Amino acid sequence: MFGSFIKKSRAKSPWIMHFDCGSCNGCDIEVLACLTPLYDVERFGIINVGNPKHADVLLVTGTVNHRNKKVLKNIYDQMPEPKAVIAIGACGLTGGVFREAYNVVGGVDKVIPVDVYVPGCPAKPEAIIDGVVAGLAKFAQKVEEAG
Amino acid sequence: MDTLILVIIGLVAGPVLGGLIAGLDRRVTAWFQSRQGPPITQAFYDVAKLFGKEKMVVNQWQILCSWVYVIAAATSLALFFAQSDLLLIFFVQAVGAVFMVMGAMAAKSPYSQVGAQRELLQVLAYEPVLILVFVGFYLVTGSFSVSAVWQVDQPLLAKMPLMYLALGYALTIKLRKSPFDFSTSHHGHQELVKGVLTEYSGPYLGLIEVAHWYETVLVLGLCALFWTTNVAWMIVLIGCTYLLEILVDNTMARMTWRWMLKRVWLLGIGLSVVNLIWLYAG
Repeated sequence: MFGSFIKKSRAKSPWIMHFDCGSCNGCDIEVLACLTPLYDVERFGIINVGNPKHADVLLVTGTVNHRNKKVLKNIYDQMPEPKAVIAIGACGLTGGVFREAYNVVGGVDKVIPVDVYVPGCPAKPEAIIDGVVAGLAKFAQKVEEAG
Repeated sequence: MDTLILVIIGLVAGPVLGGLIAGLDRRVTAWFQSRQGPPITQAFYDVAKLFGKEKMVVNQWQILCSWVYVIAAATSLALFFAQSDLLLIFFVQAVGAVFMVMGAMAAKSPYSQVGAQRELLQVLAYEPVLILVFVGFYLVTGSFSVSAVWQVDQPLLAKMPLMYLALGYALTIKLRKSPFDFSTSHHGHQELVKGVLTEYSGPYLGLIEVAHWYETVLVLGLCALFWTTNVAWMIVLIGCTYLLEILVDNTMARMTWRWMLKRVWLLGIGLSVVNLIWLYAG
């Protein structure tokens, strides 16, 4: 009984950690907009924690470059399982307009496994909230498969 | 036999009431900010989720420290419900609080270290106030026992109003509310990430949250002792006090530890001592 309550609670209490990999701040502003009274993601139990050790979902915005790929990997490794990664915006998905630049590695999935891709330049807050909900469904599925 | 039943009620009521109070707190805060806020049962979902997370520890001490903290907090509330000795309750509670700090100090992270130092200062600020409040109970009832408080024929609030104000400081610190939420905070980011709780994660963070619920109920229980003659008025008193706490939390900025020590020691201990002199002379 307690096990099923834990499973149910996972979807009801996703704590997010937001990492700006090198974004122009457009997507970051939209991520923070989700926390404002207009969108109020806290009604789904979502909290923006600043600590990877407490986080369930990692939101990454911006292109990955050779300098910050280690930081991104480090943050990902510090998050306890089960966890989900959501890449946000054109840059986070593929590198966007910067993909050809000499210092850019590309999208977030070049460094860590990504569960959900939220497109847009910048991504809309509604799309980000949808992305988090889709991410939760994905990690519920991962937990099922792992048994 | 009655004592045993009371102990069991205490052990169960701690997490249930504490979790509901935490949920209600977030709901009321959301209302102040014209948001909808999470469901009242959100705190239970959070803790259940934490128990289901991977066990990641920086140092084995954290496991011991989080368990000692939760056991001490539960024991102190059980003793309170069993109408035991207030001084015993106080010492058991203090052991738990100090172990939580030790667990944070066991990790090398600077956030955790600074948070632990600040938490120690908070403990240093509120513990003398609690002791003086217990001395006040002794002067009125002639005993340190909780059961003696239940035998008074008029509410203690009439004799110890200044003590109640001083206890408000201890309550604000213990509930981790602004302006005293610098060691760790319920809300968003702060300069220390999550302060004293930074290095606790997964099930151990869940244990600490449960211990925090026990302590919340214990401190609110101490407030309840100020109106033991009528249960309805007791509930009104606790309700108003807690609403005031949420209001203070939402309207105050986070202050520094120096400000806290000055305020709590001068005003908190000052108010308590004036009240003690009044009780002693009168």
